[in-house]
Amino acid sequence: MLKKDVVVIGGGPAGMAAAVAAYDAGCKDVLILERENALGGILKQCIHNGFGLHNFGEELTGPEYAKRYKDEVEKRNIPYMTDTTVLSIDENKNIVALNSEKGVVEIEAKSIILCMGCRERPRGALSISGTRPAGVFTAGAAQKFVNIKGYLPGREVVILGSGDIGLIMARRMTLEGAHVKAVCELMPYSGGLARNIEQCLNDFNIPLKLSHTVVKVHGEKRVTGVTIARVDEKRCPIKETEEFIPCDTLLLSVGLIPENELTTSAGIALDPITNGAFVDQNRETGTDGVFAAGNVLHVHDLADFASKEAETAGCAAAEYVKSGLEKTRDIKIKTDGKVRYTVPQRITADTDVKMYFRVSDVFKNVTFTVKDGEEVIFSKKAIGAAPGEMEEITLKKETVEKIKSGEITVGLEAK
Amino acid sequence: MKRDFTCIVCPKGCQIHAEFEGSEIINIEGHTCKRGVAYVTDELTCPKRTLTTTVATNSDIMVPVRTNAAVPKELLFDCMKEINKIVLDKSVKTGDIIIKDILGTGADVIATGDAEL
Repeated sequence: MLKKDVVVIGGGPAGMAAAVAAYDAGCKDVLILERENALGGILKQCIHNGFGLHNFGEELTGPEYAKRYKDEVEKRNIPYMTDTTVLSIDENKNIVALNSEKGVVEIEAKSIILCMGCRERPRGALSISGTRPAGVFTAGAAQKFVNIKGYLPGREVVILGSGDIGLIMARRMTLEGAHVKAVCELMPYSGGLARNIEQCLNDFNIPLKLSHTVVKVHGEKRVTGVTIARVDEKRCPIKETEEFIPCDTLLLSVGLIPENELTTSAGIALDPITNGAFVDQNRETGTDGVFAAGNVLHVHDLADFASKEAETAGCAAAEYVKSGLEKTRDIKIKTDGKVRYTVPQRITADTDVKMYFRVSDVFKNVTFTVKDGEEVIFSKKAIGAAPGEMEEITLKKETVEKIKSGEITVGLEAK
Repeated sequence: MKRDFTCIVCPKGCQIHAEFEGSEIINIEGHTCKRGVAYVTDELTCPKRTLTTTVATNSDIMVPVRTNAAVPKELLFDCMKEINKIVLDKSVKTGDIIIKDILGTGADVIATGDAEL
């Protein structure tokens, strides 16, 4: 059996950053396991720009961003195994993986960093009636067809969901000669970045239909059209507003789900809101020595943030292996509902704590607060907040030290 | 004239409100850095976009590419036509120039990924 100090599962923007951080923090015995044939994860197919502004101070495309981290991995001679799918991990940090040449590989790890990313919600997760013809793709699958394989999966396209992947694919399909007829969004606002609505839809006069959904798919062998409808405040389709749009392709960009089968198989508890593990400020899960970072933990807006979070996990994993992590506090982080979730969900030491969170609705003129009982121990003002934009606050060590109760609440007040 | 802009320079996406005469900005608010002003100036004179796409190869892989500077928005589809004429038959590395000065825009089309052919 192979023995390793730190094993990183997944070689995308989080996994590579975690491995490099663990190495730089003094743990040289690191191994990355990657399911696909190359490092990079989903960045390989994200050929658009917009990556790296935070971490490299310049605007890169996905493959360029991936290469920066891959170069760092290779500069340090950190080993990685591609074409290697992890089948299981257990609470003792034993890993069973399958490699296309070596067969079954068993690894005993002192620490594991989970960086498996997420996958897309498929049609089956939605309640769309109608037939089951060819021509219904998730936006990411279409992106792989176009950008990696060089196939255009359709000519006349309707997109459901206005998350960033849907918006990016609206532009990409248009540039390659397809006609994107509409982007429907169930909510009264888009979940994508404002810049993407501008440069992916408005630039090409693609209509964004807010408070609209697809209620029926038509076609026997291939999609021949979809019926869309406006929805009411309860997000129920309004029959009288139904409209048939002829098309041969429906792309779905309706959310991402952290890929946590391995996590649950190891008995690690998941937060039902993030669908990722419960973690502390080190991104350590409920099992000692098992960390999680990136989109497997909660869906991030930018790859840069996923990588940054993974650096935290990587450093902590190295410290865990070298000397163990001290746990002197046990503070739970709750939310007020307007703030939907936070990562981390608990604090286990007196240290600076960077918290990521999302809000449940669109708010203007907000004040984010952190309360210890009734006492406000931190507050920060913002012009606005929306579910599509991840917020970030840092509690200083001095603030954490003063927390008296075993529970703090992150919330917001809006005018 | 008054117009609202969504700045596309960075993921922040500032909502900028500008008053202008012709292409001269008289008043501008909502931007949080000077790149926002440059963006609005460009939008009023010659809107530009960075183009990202792929080029075909004689193998079963595509090579991702981008323009190394923004090109006039109205030329995006013409640039796509030029780029789609190419079939690479030699290995390329990230940063290699695939098309120099595409359509006289001054921007080069460069590879954003490595490809062994």
